[in-house]
Amino acid sequence: MKKIEAIIKPFKLDDVKDALNKIGITGMTLTDVKGYGRQKGHVEIYRGAEYMVDFIPKVKIGIIVPSEKVDEVVETIIAAARTGKIGDGKIFVLPVDEVIRVRTGETGNEAI
Amino acid sequence: MINTGDTAFIMLSAAMVLLMTPALALFYAGMVRSKNVLGTILQSFIMIAVVTFEWIYIGYSMSFGPDVKGLIGDLSMFALNGVGSSPSALYATTIPELVFMIYQCMFAVITPALITGAFAERMRFGPFILFSLLWTIVVYNPVCHWVWGGGWLADKGVLDFAGGLVVHLTSGAAAAAAVIVLGPRKGLGRDKFMPHSLPMTLLGTGLLWFGWFGFNGGSALAADGIAATAFVNTHVAGMAGLAMWVALEWRLYKQPTTLGAASGAIAGLATVTPAAGFITPHAAVFIGLLAGLACFMAVTYKNKAGFDDSLDVVGIHGLGGVIGTICLGIFASKAVNPSGADGLLAGNASFLTTQIFGVVIVGVYAFVVSFVLLKITDIICGGLRLSPEAESIGLDQAAHSETAYNM
Repeated sequence: MKKIEAIIKPFKLDDVKDALNKIGITGMTLTDVKGYGRQKGHVEIYRGAEYMVDFIPKVKIGIIVPSEKVDEVVETIIAAARTGKIGDGKIFVLPVDEVIRVRTGETGNEAI
Repeated sequence: MINTGDTAFIMLSAAMVLLMTPALALFYAGMVRSKNVLGTILQSFIMIAVVTFEWIYIGYSMSFGPDVKGLIGDLSMFALNGVGSSPSALYATTIPELVFMIYQCMFAVITPALITGAFAERMRFGPFILFSLLWTIVVYNPVCHWVWGGGWLADKGVLDFAGGLVVHLTSGAAAAAAVIVLGPRKGLGRDKFMPHSLPMTLLGTGLLWFGWFGFNGGSALAADGIAATAFVNTHVAGMAGLAMWVALEWRLYKQPTTLGAASGAIAGLATVTPAAGFITPHAAVFIGLLAGLACFMAVTYKNKAGFDDSLDVVGIHGLGGVIGTICLGIFASKAVNPSGADGLLAGNASFLTTQIFGVVIVGVYAFVVSFVLLKITDIICGGLRLSPEAESIGLDQAAHSETAYNM
């Protein structure tokens, strides 16, 4: 099993969620995050005073999938979240040792 | 003789001017960081209590009581002695003196609240209360008497329809003194002092604009043609200031902003205040445009010069008071208001000189006395500023044990 963490532009969230639903992903966890990478921040001006805003709002979605589904999920997220402009985000794939459903105690792929 | 229309209008105007103090609280609070929202609001709101107390016991008498050598009113009207439902013999002779007294009270309340923008996010509450009280007694009351209470500036012919000198220049000059005495906020130039809620600031702007119709329109002290003139001039100057500031931003920074719109509107409204009942609407439009341009430039200069007049009291209210009072010397017309004066454009250059004299006297007096009062308060209270830790934590928690947004 793998955890896929995708940091994307907030306004792309609905597109990504719908695309993942279509390929049978039944759940995800969403976190509001702020950060910067190569995109860096942007400048805001208030009464002529310029402020560099480094941390840009993004959303991070977390999905646990069986290992064989990783490629399909990653491709789906890329297709839905990409604008082609700087700041589209990043995807991380991490190993997951175990998944347990709290209600029933099921484990492994059954619990995803 | 009491006129019911005048009385109704001035009572309503008083309520509208009262509303300007919480409106100012919102205007300012939107521009501070989220950890200083309640502290900033309270600095304006508490003035309703501090100054109203002062006003009904001594302030009204010092400002509008029987004149002593043109300098101050005596204390014979202490605690509203003799102030009742019959009109004053001297002021607003068609409304109960109680109505005139409470209308003037609202001006005294908002004036020290205006100063708070200069030392936003860093002043201790106790010293702030003491300074504001002393300031109202030693700066506001005398200047109010000089200009509106039959004092020596009024004798010299200085005109101020609704408070360019008495309200905006006194508070702007005090703000300049406070900026110098208190120094900048921790982290100026490094930290981001971005407004935490511009919708709050815009709400405050709208309520201030609404209240300003009572502030300027009511200053006619009657529901008459002069009130109508002041009412219209107030609106068109606010409009012109708004338009000018936004246009400048659009041209220079490529993007117009809501904070610019709010700032321009307040600049126009403040600047037309001394002239509102003495000029034509076209002069008011010009004054509004000039206010938008001049205050925009002043605020830009402040940012470059590194002064931390945090919410631009000097650049908007102080400068607005100066420009408006001087413009009155140019545009005043007896054709508009027979009890006013003719200005430069009506061939009377000496009135312009008189107005400039008024600006210099009030500006210098308010600045020097405010500076001294801040130093005295500093000594009495053992410091004006929050500790560095408290400043980092923010006024809301450090000074009031509250949080603005529990979400």
